[in-house]
Amino acid sequence: MSETVSRISIACRVNGEPRRVQAFPMARLLDVLREEMHLTGTKEGCGEGECGACAVLMDGAIVNSCLVPAIQAEGTDIRTIEGIARGEQLNAVQEAFLECGGAQCGICTPGMVIASVALLERHPHPTDAEIREGLAGNLCRCTGYQKIFSAVVRACELPNEKGLGSP
Amino acid sequence: MEEKYFGHSVPRKEGREKVTGRAQYVDDLAFPEMLYGVTVRSSIARGRILGIRFGEGIPWNEFTIVTAADIPGKNEIALIEHDQPCLAAEVINHPEEPIVLLAHPDRYLLEEARRAVQIDVEPLPAIFSIEDSIAKRAVLFGEDNIFKEYHLEKGDVDAAWAQADVIVEGEYRTGAQEQLYIENQGMIATANPTDGVTIWGSLQCPYYVHKALVPLFNLPAEKIRVIQAATGGGFGGKEEYPSIIAGHAALLAWKSGKRVKIIYDRAEDMVATTKRHPSRTRHRTGVTRDGKLVAMDIDFVLDGGAYATLSSVVLSRGTIHAAGPYFCPNVRVHARAMATNAPPHGAFRGFGAPQALFAVERHVDQVARAVNLTPEEFRRRNFLHQGQTTITGQLIHEDVNLDGLLDRAFRESDYYAKRERFARENPGATVKRGIGFATFMHGAGFTGSGEVYLASVVELEATPEGNVRVLAASTEIGQGTNTVFSQIAADALGISYDRIEIAQPDTGAVPNSGPTVASRTSMVVGHLVETAALNIKRTLVDSGLLCDACTEDEFVRACRRYIETRGPLRSRTQYEPPPGLFWDDKKYSGDAYGTYAWAVYVAEVAVDTVTFEARVTDFVALQEIGKVIHPVLAAGQIEGGVAQAIGMALYENVVWREGRMANGQMTNYIMPTAADIPPIRVFFEEHPYPFGPHGAKGIGELPMDGPAAAIVNAIENATGICVREIPATPEVLMEAMTEKAGALV
Amino acid sequence: MRSYIPAYDLRVPGSLSEALGLLAREPGVWQPFAGGTDLMVLLEAGKLPHKKFLSVAKLDDLRGIEVTASDVTLGALTTYAEVQKHPVLQAEFPLLCAAARETGSVATQNRGTLGGNIVNASPAADSPPALLVYDAEIELISERSARWLPYHGFHSGYKKMQLASDELLRAIRLPRRAKPWRQYYRKVGTRKAQAISKVCFAGTALVENGVIRDLRIALGSVAPIVLRALETEDAMRGRIATPTVIAAAKETLAREIAPINDIRSTARYRLRVAQNLLEEFLSQLAK
Repeated sequence: MSETVSRISIACRVNGEPRRVQAFPMARLLDVLREEMHLTGTKEGCGEGECGACAVLMDGAIVNSCLVPAIQAEGTDIRTIEGIARGEQLNAVQEAFLECGGAQCGICTPGMVIASVALLERHPHPTDAEIREGLAGNLCRCTGYQKIFSAVVRACELPNEKGLGSP
Repeated sequence: MEEKYFGHSVPRKEGREKVTGRAQYVDDLAFPEMLYGVTVRSSIARGRILGIRFGEGIPWNEFTIVTAADIPGKNEIALIEHDQPCLAAEVINHPEEPIVLLAHPDRYLLEEARRAVQIDVEPLPAIFSIEDSIAKRAVLFGEDNIFKEYHLEKGDVDAAWAQADVIVEGEYRTGAQEQLYIENQGMIATANPTDGVTIWGSLQCPYYVHKALVPLFNLPAEKIRVIQAATGGGFGGKEEYPSIIAGHAALLAWKSGKRVKIIYDRAEDMVATTKRHPSRTRHRTGVTRDGKLVAMDIDFVLDGGAYATLSSVVLSRGTIHAAGPYFCPNVRVHARAMATNAPPHGAFRGFGAPQALFAVERHVDQVARAVNLTPEEFRRRNFLHQGQTTITGQLIHEDVNLDGLLDRAFRESDYYAKRERFARENPGATVKRGIGFATFMHGAGFTGSGEVYLASVVELEATPEGNVRVLAASTEIGQGTNTVFSQIAADALGISYDRIEIAQPDTGAVPNSGPTVASRTSMVVGHLVETAALNIKRTLVDSGLLCDACTEDEFVRACRRYIETRGPLRSRTQYEPPPGLFWDDKKYSGDAYGTYAWAVYVAEVAVDTVTFEARVTDFVALQEIGKVIHPVLAAGQIEGGVAQAIGMALYENVVWREGRMANGQMTNYIMPTAADIPPIRVFFEEHPYPFGPHGAKGIGELPMDGPAAAIVNAIENATGICVREIPATPEVLMEAMTEKAGALV
Repeated sequence: MRSYIPAYDLRVPGSLSEALGLLAREPGVWQPFAGGTDLMVLLEAGKLPHKKFLSVAKLDDLRGIEVTASDVTLGALTTYAEVQKHPVLQAEFPLLCAAARETGSVATQNRGTLGGNIVNASPAADSPPALLVYDAEIELISERSARWLPYHGFHSGYKKMQLASDELLRAIRLPRRAKPWRQYYRKVGTRKAQAISKVCFAGTALVENGVIRDLRIALGSVAPIVLRALETEDAMRGRIATPTVIAAAKETLAREIAPINDIRSTARYRLRVAQNLLEEFLSQLAK
């Protein structure tokens, strides 16, 4: 068997809180979030950066956490699905998903909400084409995407916070 | 009964958990002292197992190792036949067949260990096609490789050819399709002889898993408990397969004495679990000069893979749908499910009907052409009407109006104007546009005597607070079970939707309401929920504690009073078939389904002659479904099904190499993204079905049946090329367009 | 996850010189790791035999986009997202922006880098055809030297390149063109987004009075490397793109490329579509 390396200490901010964990340098950020930090809202759908179920915001930009090695999360500011609502006050995207039926089985939903929040940060009033392009990295097998598009459009109309705001 | 919730888009019962990431799927569940498990699988398609070797460098003494010899009961996955082993013992019959199970606390080390297990094999000749199976190049099952065969006869086909002025033949093929639920399969198990077996998992049918574990562990039914975790999509892929992964997790738990979690990664899930049955359908159709069907001879064959599993039932549904929504007095369907050395194929939304309906709806366009009729005019002359019989001799009681549906679908899709415009603009255009349609139906519920056999049970229980719990084994897998049951119960009881609680499907706590399949949950089980709810109310009224017309507060007080003075307030309802249904299992004739939903779908496509890519640019889905229970959920079912069917028609190609799926990654198995799916415009009509709750029919699978033919018909309209197989990838279209261009020269 | 994660070392050097020092002292031992969007996929599939990586992701010397009168120089760590946002790239090198936009998804574009794309050396990469038609040059640095070389010729065979084991790719330089060239980029994938290309075609041309004064053509996914179609270019240089000339060019192209059958597509399809894309590009030049 191959020789092994030691776990290293990784410090970052997650959902506004400073966190420090021990992890192997090439451990996936996805696993660090789910296993070390017990933040199971972020999901594994494919392990190859295709489905977007593992999407989180890292320093304000959407990334697939299954493709980020733990050591590169050092010093970053991470927002997961658990950090999108403010306590019990849902983000406008989440409200809109509920209103429009954007979630069916729900497994793609955390990544899809993250992608929608990231999209609205970039394009506060996205066109149809911008919505499709912005969400093309998040696969949904249940909805056929129609009500997810509706939810994004609806989110623009709701008064709640849509983007990241301040942590 | 006031419809306060029924017919309205109430909030999804478990929606909040889903949008906040709090819903607990099986991989989110963690327990102390849990082991992880992995499966060592065959790399060859067929052979004898000579030995198992454990390589160097792995601390094997730390591992729990399970082989077939460790199975306490019978080494089989109980389903219909008993031919599928839980773990291969002496022979291998398909690539990725499970052979050895390993468990260890370190998830990473497990992968090293999995790599270090060597299976020594003596390969045997394997077969991978329907043709080779029929030709018996190798015999895998019985004496002729036939898992199941049906001979359906209506009228006298052989004599009827004489009445035909034109006879048209065609062969149509559909490929395998992976369900591709975004949540991979997974199970957690505890198991020991004293306490029995407990399973938590991603699944559609807790009682199927329960039934499979009983003989595997040789334990009485009460010692097996199966609990559904939040499940991230199923589509049939989690109908029967979970019994296997649950059995594996439980065997590791049994041997190790610890709780074991097995979660597949995507690659394993894609290559090792079930897919839609590939099909080959041959049509021979006789019509009169004025386009009336007089004879249909259909040969319908499915590739079942290596074990029988559910192939007989998939075959059955395909057989019954094989002639489409048409009346023909003389029909023969010869149907066979064949054994090959692919991993067993299984349930996937539609369950044989998408394959059969693709073929007939493509074929009917060809037949129309042969008698110089438009595709719509030909269909109009042959649509089933009230009072006519289907191919199983089922009398259509309802006033089905396919003509009306066709009219409306054409209106909504602007069919004639577009067809004319495309015909005008296509010559000289690089991108050819086309429009096509399909007309079809889907029988809801289990076929024939299936629902009687299932004998589904639902229980409702009131709490002292005046809430009511629904106890059923029907699972929420995204389609809206929890929401629909709550709507139905709330209306029946006249109380708030928020007072309805849906018990977690747990075989230790809920009765068997049957599997969550076959478009039956709202229609069949929902009806039982309604009846049971009405019985709760009836009990309170009969006890003098409540009036028929009461307020919610009065209901709440009555519940408390009843429970305080008389004990638990429960009702239990069991399925009773609608009166007048008759089915003959031997002759395969009679009332195949309580009811059908009817549909007309119209697809608009653009075919790029530079790249040979076809894409769907607009889609209209119109269906008659009895009653719309929840407009958003109902539309969601149609939109999702259409998207899956667009994948089936154009994108989702399984690349087979020696019986193994070679493109088992999301990078190379192509599911449509948000950029690929067009606007899908959904319309409903309602002719209430008397035996569904408030008149509702089942709709979950319907949207899978029609789009592929509509799309390929549209491609023919756009380009003139006649494609008879799906997926109609650009490579397929290029070859067909080249051939056509060559033929013209 | 198919790899034994504890066996993988990923270290973060404090500076560029520390990184180059490690590469010099232990050549072949350390592989650079940037955004990880290729390497992590291999890791998860159990297909990453190399075990020691050097994270260059935070080395400032490798980032940034500099514009001078004559060139635009992009640091190797320039992400696809950064490419798409840059006004000079949008205006003068639109094919690179088009390629960046069609690479993966927004999430991939935030992490994936041009440098990573180049040294991953996939013949199906989306940006290299654009780089080739823009006459890109790349800078390779090591402890002992810093050298510029044309990107064309950097790849010598499938996954083989002129990169010494102690060298790092530092930057990509695109010479600005005085006159406006025509621009054409088309990626044919398995679907509209998140697709590995089956055929990728980039073309630029300087057309005056209908005559093609100069042009560049590069293709991906039709050979073991991303390649410039030099013979086809020669056949078109100084010509007017009439249907006869275009037909001959298609024949020339067929001789230059070597498409294969693989899991995504067929050789026949790739050949036919590559020729069709050439025709589409050349037809536009005639207008």
